[in-house]
Amino acid sequence: MSYSVTEPSLRQKWFAGSLVVLYALITILPLVWIIATSFKTPADAIAYPPKTFFTPTVEGYVNVFTTRTRLSPEQLQALGEPTTWYDKLVRKDGLVISGPSRFSERFTNSVIIGFGSTVLCIVLGTAAAYAFSRFKVPLKDDLLFFILSTRMMPPIAVAIPIFLMFRSLGLSDTHAGMILLYTAVNLSLSVWLLKGFIDEIPIEYEEAALIDGYTRFQAFYKVVLPQAATGIASTAIFCLIFAWNEYAFAVLLTSGNAQTAPPFIPTIIGVSGQDWPAVAAGATLFLVPVMVFTILLRKHLLRGITFGAVRK
Amino acid sequence: MAQIRIQNVRKEFGAFTAVRSSSFTIEDGEFFMLLGPSGCGKTTTLRMMAGLELPTSGEIFIDGEEVGMKPASQRDIAFVFQMFALYPHMNVRKNISYPLLSQGLRGEELKTRVAEVARILRIEHILDKPVGGLSGGDRQRVALGRAIVRRPKAFFMDEPLGALDAEFREHMAEELRALHDRMGATTVYVTHDQLEAMQMGDKIVVMNHGVVEQFGRPQQIYDWPATKFVAQFIGSPPMNFLEFDGMIGIGGDSIDLGGVKVKVPATREGRAGRLTLGVRPEHVRFSSDAAYRGRVIAVEYLGTTQIVTLSTGHGDLKARIPSSHVVHEDELIGLDFDARTLSVFDAENGKALISEANEGVLAHG
Repeated sequence: MSYSVTEPSLRQKWFAGSLVVLYALITILPLVWIIATSFKTPADAIAYPPKTFFTPTVEGYVNVFTTRTRLSPEQLQALGEPTTWYDKLVRKDGLVISGPSRFSERFTNSVIIGFGSTVLCIVLGTAAAYAFSRFKVPLKDDLLFFILSTRMMPPIAVAIPIFLMFRSLGLSDTHAGMILLYTAVNLSLSVWLLKGFIDEIPIEYEEAALIDGYTRFQAFYKVVLPQAATGIASTAIFCLIFAWNEYAFAVLLTSGNAQTAPPFIPTIIGVSGQDWPAVAAGATLFLVPVMVFTILLRKHLLRGITFGAVRK
Repeated sequence: MAQIRIQNVRKEFGAFTAVRSSSFTIEDGEFFMLLGPSGCGKTTTLRMMAGLELPTSGEIFIDGEEVGMKPASQRDIAFVFQMFALYPHMNVRKNISYPLLSQGLRGEELKTRVAEVARILRIEHILDKPVGGLSGGDRQRVALGRAIVRRPKAFFMDEPLGALDAEFREHMAEELRALHDRMGATTVYVTHDQLEAMQMGDKIVVMNHGVVEQFGRPQQIYDWPATKFVAQFIGSPPMNFLEFDGMIGIGGDSIDLGGVKVKVPATREGRAGRLTLGVRPEHVRFSSDAAYRGRVIAVEYLGTTQIVTLSTGHGDLKARIPSSHVVHEDELIGLDFDARTLSVFDAENGKALISEANEGVLAHG
């Protein structure tokens, strides 16, 4: 076998591979534990020593979507046989389902607010980034720095002023308010990221389109946007992940109508104490949209993060 | 097809003046070269003609219509970029049909037009490929296809061969010229390569520091450069300059080069002071009975000819002579110049003195 300078040796490959596997295991462990817990019974969930092997049940998932009431054996007797599989599941603990929980409502709120602010962030961010990248904007550098400076302190540092502003503007606990807030927080990131991507697109493509008889706006959406797709996808993922996971503002500014899932999930309380499988089930379900979104855009994301590192 | 006229066009970028008051005319159907070193304003001039840059002042006429302030999309011209600028998210067919789509062309007619262009450029076999994997030459052809498909009034090309390999460039240059001859469309071509300009152009404008130095047919420019800059820029090796102090009167037909009388074409203007004698390497002859002498310091063999570098009392001089002539280093050689081909420059402002030989070329300015 010939010796190569650039091709790593088998041992180096093994070493690098093991590191990656180790890192993946460490990061995935909490996730696995949450998902496993969501399929345990409450007793298994808090068992000591922790149970790695258990009989799976979907009780947690039933509990996260429902509210239940404990009845006396006589009352249960009077109700007759349970008709559905989920009724049967709770009945063996001496409970009946008394109605749906607010989980799906909170989940919907998360979807509306998360995706709403992401879309808004991308639309505004792309337009601003394009302008900064292509046009002579007065005080361009100062403006860009100003935009970046909005991220120089943690957003929560301005929680009190925002709380007061929202109250007097009637934005507290509304979808519009939360979308606006998350957009404001994410916009600086989105402008800067997208400007970097758009800077990388040679201006000749637009000039070619102008020469070919298209207007500036047509050149923008027919030629620039398709090529910025990679950047837009990765920026969208970053924006969505922030808005989706945001907890502090959600706790502070929402309570009923517009409450998102993050502040809701920890408050899921079972009939007898904290219902950990239900909390885990809520968290697991909460992971799904971001995971699906990321997997759908995965191809773009990987290219996006390393964009510009290698000249194509 | 159209005549293009540039009148007193000027372009400033902030404090920097890229183009200073340029004027020239490109006749209908001409293959016109804008030649100059990088940063001379040639690309800016082209971009102003295309509408990608707006002139600070001056007028640009395409086909008799003043277009200086019109956007590129309304000028009905085509532009070939140095890096081709093919739309990367479209395949070859889509790229070529894109200018037609903006004109509202659809269906059969669009298909025929694209097919026709593909046939002319012999790229029918790659029409459905993405542009990403194409070779440089094929990309170049697709870029040309996108330009010619719409039958524009004029073609503008910004160093279109600059991104190609040397061997392929030669081939594409021929192909480009043949394509032009076939279509007869007015073409403006920017290049910094004087050989390319001489080889392909009907006419050449030589620019330097945002100023038009000379404008004319390749041979006129080569034989009778208007300035020392043009004389140096065109030709390889460039024109030799022999600097001397002296004077020449109106109608004078000789100069005094360190005591040796050298015959030059009769001048139409007199000048005294610092002067420069310009002589092309191929117009230097070795002659044992010549009074002007130089010592050989280097010999470069080029096949049929050789370039001999000699040191003279007025600076180094290169001579192109047949390889059959045996020359040794350190040899002292008598030099004779072909009197009909010499130019005399004013060393102060670099301008050629008008003489009976170059007045036909330089009289119009």
